[in-house]
Amino acid sequence: MSINVRVQNADFCQAEEYLKLSNASNCGAVITFTGLVRELVDGDLQTLHLEHYPGMTEQVLEQLAQQAQQRFGVEQITIIHRVGSLKLNEQIVFVGVAAGHRKAGFAACMFVMDYLKTQAPFWKREVTSTDNYWVAAKESDRTAATRWADGTENRVAS
Amino acid sequence: MVKVKFFAALRERLNCAEIEVESQRNDTVAQIRERLVAQHPTWQHELLANEVLCAKNFTFTDVTATVQSGDELAFFPPVTGG
Repeated sequence: MSINVRVQNADFCQAEEYLKLSNASNCGAVITFTGLVRELVDGDLQTLHLEHYPGMTEQVLEQLAQQAQQRFGVEQITIIHRVGSLKLNEQIVFVGVAAGHRKAGFAACMFVMDYLKTQAPFWKREVTSTDNYWVAAKESDRTAATRWADGTENRVAS
Repeated sequence: MVKVKFFAALRERLNCAEIEVESQRNDTVAQIRERLVAQHPTWQHELLANEVLCAKNFTFTDVTATVQSGDELAFFPPVTGG
């Protein structure tokens, strides 16, 4: 069982991360999620700036990976989150899980992403051609994380 | 002394990234926060806002937690990564 957490400015290569995960022992499934910089509703995103709390960020991600590993019994977890200035469609975040079976892998990946969004100290700032502002936290993200704590994660959100 | 850091929108509104505060035996996070507000009255509204989160030594904490000299506190808005 191993955990690989990285917070970095540089981009990452999915293929390399997949290869590392697929070499995990007892691995019958590799599940990966990659989050990208999305365009705004009005189509005017120039830059997405990501700030974080060095030291705490890595610790929170490490703890989330450990919790996911224990809860779902998966073999290997990789979490990569970029910081700094990113452009449209650039990769922001990667969560990869090597598991014995797919269900545990999907669950572990969802668990990590849902908690990452509410627990890991990152903050997004959107820069458009005329404005720049901090992104507000979403209630739907808080609800998604809460569902893992109260055991209702399999219920479809209304 | 306790090191206090601020991040993102809160850092910008306070115009401060990091500050050191005197700490006394058995101080709580709330008491450190009160001392900051006493030194910087204009910070009151921002620092005491309900949505502000707090960490002690890189772990989320409640404002009732005790603080020791050498600890690092951080106050910041709800997180928006991923």
